[in-house]
Amino acid sequence: MQEVEFSDILTAQEDGDYIVNIGPQHPSTHGVMRFVVSLKGEMLDYVVPHCGYIHRGIEKMCERMTYPQIIHLTDRMDYLSAHMNNEAVSILVEKALGVEVPERVKYIRTILSELQRIASHQLWWAAFGMDMGGLTCFFYGLRDREKILDIFEESFGSRLLHSFICPGGLMGDIHPNFQKRTKEFITYFRKKLPEYDQLLTGNIIFEQRTKGMGIMSKEDAISFGATGPTGRGSNFACDIRKKFPYSAYDKVDFKEILYTEGDSWARYKVRVDEMWESMKIIEQLIDNIPEGDYSTKMKPIIKLPEGEYSQRVETAKGDLGVFVVSKGEKYPYRMHFRTPNFSNLFVISQLCKGNKIADLIAISGSLDLVIPDIDR
Amino acid sequence: MNSVGKYFSDIFYGIKSLWKGLMVTGYYFVHPGTIVTQQYPENRKELKMFDRFKGEVILQHDENNFHTCNGCGICQLNCPNGSLEIITDSVTNEDGKSERIIDKHIYHLSMCTFCGLCIKACPSNSLAWGQEFEHAVFNREALTKILNQPGSLIKKTPKEPKAPKPVVTDTVPTSNPAN
Amino acid sequence: MPFNIYDFSGTTKAVDQFLYSTMSPTWAFVVELAIVGIIILLVYAVVGLYLVYAERKVCAFMQNRVGPNRVGKWGLIQTIADLIKLLMKELVVIRKADQLLFNIAPFILIIASFMAIAAIPFAKGLQAVDFNIGVFYMMAVSSIGVIGTLLAGWSSNSKYSLIGAIRSGAQVVSYELSVGLSLLAVVIFSGSMQLSVIIESQANGWWIFKGHIPAIIAFVMFLVASTAEINRGPFDLAEAESELTAGFHTEYSGIRFAFFFLGEYMNMFIVASLAATVFLGGWMPLHIGNLAGFNHVMDFIPPIVWYFGKTVFIIYVIMWFKWTFPRLRIDQLLTLEWKYLLPINLVNILVIAFIVLMGWYIK
Repeated sequence: MQEVEFSDILTAQEDGDYIVNIGPQHPSTHGVMRFVVSLKGEMLDYVVPHCGYIHRGIEKMCERMTYPQIIHLTDRMDYLSAHMNNEAVSILVEKALGVEVPERVKYIRTILSELQRIASHQLWWAAFGMDMGGLTCFFYGLRDREKILDIFEESFGSRLLHSFICPGGLMGDIHPNFQKRTKEFITYFRKKLPEYDQLLTGNIIFEQRTKGMGIMSKEDAISFGATGPTGRGSNFACDIRKKFPYSAYDKVDFKEILYTEGDSWARYKVRVDEMWESMKIIEQLIDNIPEGDYSTKMKPIIKLPEGEYSQRVETAKGDLGVFVVSKGEKYPYRMHFRTPNFSNLFVISQLCKGNKIADLIAISGSLDLVIPDIDR
Repeated sequence: MNSVGKYFSDIFYGIKSLWKGLMVTGYYFVHPGTIVTQQYPENRKELKMFDRFKGEVILQHDENNFHTCNGCGICQLNCPNGSLEIITDSVTNEDGKSERIIDKHIYHLSMCTFCGLCIKACPSNSLAWGQEFEHAVFNREALTKILNQPGSLIKKTPKEPKAPKPVVTDTVPTSNPAN
Repeated sequence: MPFNIYDFSGTTKAVDQFLYSTMSPTWAFVVELAIVGIIILLVYAVVGLYLVYAERKVCAFMQNRVGPNRVGKWGLIQTIADLIKLLMKELVVIRKADQLLFNIAPFILIIASFMAIAAIPFAKGLQAVDFNIGVFYMMAVSSIGVIGTLLAGWSSNSKYSLIGAIRSGAQVVSYELSVGLSLLAVVIFSGSMQLSVIIESQANGWWIFKGHIPAIIAFVMFLVASTAEINRGPFDLAEAESELTAGFHTEYSGIRFAFFFLGEYMNMFIVASLAATVFLGGWMPLHIGNLAGFNHVMDFIPPIVWYFGKTVFIIYVIMWFKWTFPRLRIDQLLTLEWKYLLPINLVNILVIAFIVLMGWYIK
């Protein structure tokens, strides 16, 4: 593949280029994202992603909020991985204070993260099918995701933005029905997941549209910082759950899914396989949740000691890093989120080079972008 | 010869893979029992939210129109976006002392992000989640609610020892009179 | 006035004689044209609207939904309500568009499908014009429609529209070949291009059975190629809502958009009825060889029911394709035509010619 310097792309526009704006309001950018695309017939000349249409200044807002209050803002970054985002800030605060959370909390957090991961991948599968033109996939994905959202709603009262994991533990205990319903879901979804394969994975049209499209080398993945399933499709072993285990991930047995091809197909397969792995993790934990308290006693006003802290977790999209500078006050002095989608997005100019305009949609779909996470 | 074989095997593989997909959609077409749609406005009678559903913040009142809020303002402090506002008043009680009561417990539903910090922080467990979810109104002002009912009074329980604090998200619905 | 549900030729003849006996031949001719025109217009509108409804219901059931069910019983008048809404919507004027072509384009599309309906035999004696080159006429007329698509894309001065239109042009021009060749299969079998003769030749069995393997191959080819020719999913590259928002009709609004929408569904109807006529015997009941009792029972079902039953079945199959498969890319689309459909079709034609020569088909 031809090497592309990113700064060249930004200034590549010339008079006479056939420029098409994909977005900011476009059905398949999954949010307010804008790609400036130069075309030569059907072929893409260059793609420049422009982000910032949904910037809300979450990092700045965090500087005027106490640590428990920050939690509800992290929900709104990658709204499909709300639990993992909450978990990142919570673990950071607990580590900074030296608080040890009960085992029960760790187990529940892990289960929630994995359920959330399945839900996120289901929505991605649904939207990816829709990007490819198979509208039926969208409804099947959402139908199965609804079951997870019902489990969430019963325990935490909300379906999307939970704010359930907080510094010190959880906001409340899980519902008595939680274990039963989760097990029911796993049996249900084990039957439904092969259907996904029949409908999309094995389909020859789908195979031809994804295999060999948008190849990202391992070097590219590392240098762009593409993590999560996007990076693992290029054989970049970047699973934080394996590398730096947190919560109960050191107690479960699971496989880090790695594919070597680095094309859209590999990224697709990583996510589908991850759904199977997540179900295995949940099955290992769901019957063994230890009894105990759902939260440790925290001080009413949490003040982090002066210093710099960081924490990484693996969200459904990749490596989420949280960085806090504290001056010993109840507000953080500076807060930064290293969001996975932001890094994953900018690979797209590299991947789309020399492909067709229809591939732009397929490739950006395979990167699994959530736009509010890019802009924060 | 090999390429000819590949040509035909490609065709048959393609047809087989397409047929698999057709079978999935065909199955659901002839099984209308698998429809998952809920007929929303018609099923209002049966539609019941989960007990912990976060519909709106309510101030719990018992059957005699008593609540337990003493207007301490901790919920207001904990709210990340200023959804709660408490206007207190002072009255002289029978002992002749000045006492703080709430005049208005104002709740801006339009600003609320349903994070639950006010309910978790409330020392007297006055606040709880309501299960109401049909909040659509024609005027934004209608989303600003006054949580204390007109004429409601604070419940006096000075003699009784303080009951252990139940956590709202952990209660069963029967112990929650507002639900 | 004689009325026979099994044979409409008596009724039409009686109307004809009545008109010629009451007025001058010129006026009778004009009145006849008007009657036929109004009937076709009505059929066009009703079939078009209910195809939209059918599509929405079929896709809903495939996707575990119930589909439209609010307006009328089971949502039956939903599409009529939609049409009224579209009629009342503003026709947005695109400032830098080529106004003349922009306004003409939807009508070209509609007229093309309208002309094709004229030659469709709905039942015995229920056919507006019976050309002796019926198949050829249908193909020629239905390919006018692509001019409407191209003009719409070109004149609306939008980049999305232009890409969609050019895609559509490339697609229709290539798939026209396969459609023609697969229809040619039956023309060779029956020895005529006249649609009524083709139907009469299937009195003792439909061509898909009589022509066995080559006819089945031709039928499948026709289904695939015609789905592509009418720009329906999985070949809906001209619209490609996930890439080009709405392709060639991005800039259209109100009733002009409705014309494109209606035109697409009518094209599907025309293609389905052509397939039913040519391969599945049109209004001809299912007859099996010499089973006199069975054939007699089948004859009791009126021809118009047979015709619509077959057409609806093929329409269902086309919808089934659309709601199952992901969309192809433009190069894959052309590969499919030039590398797979066309060579197979050519070989198939050769095989059929040989079979007819040797008489190896069921007579």
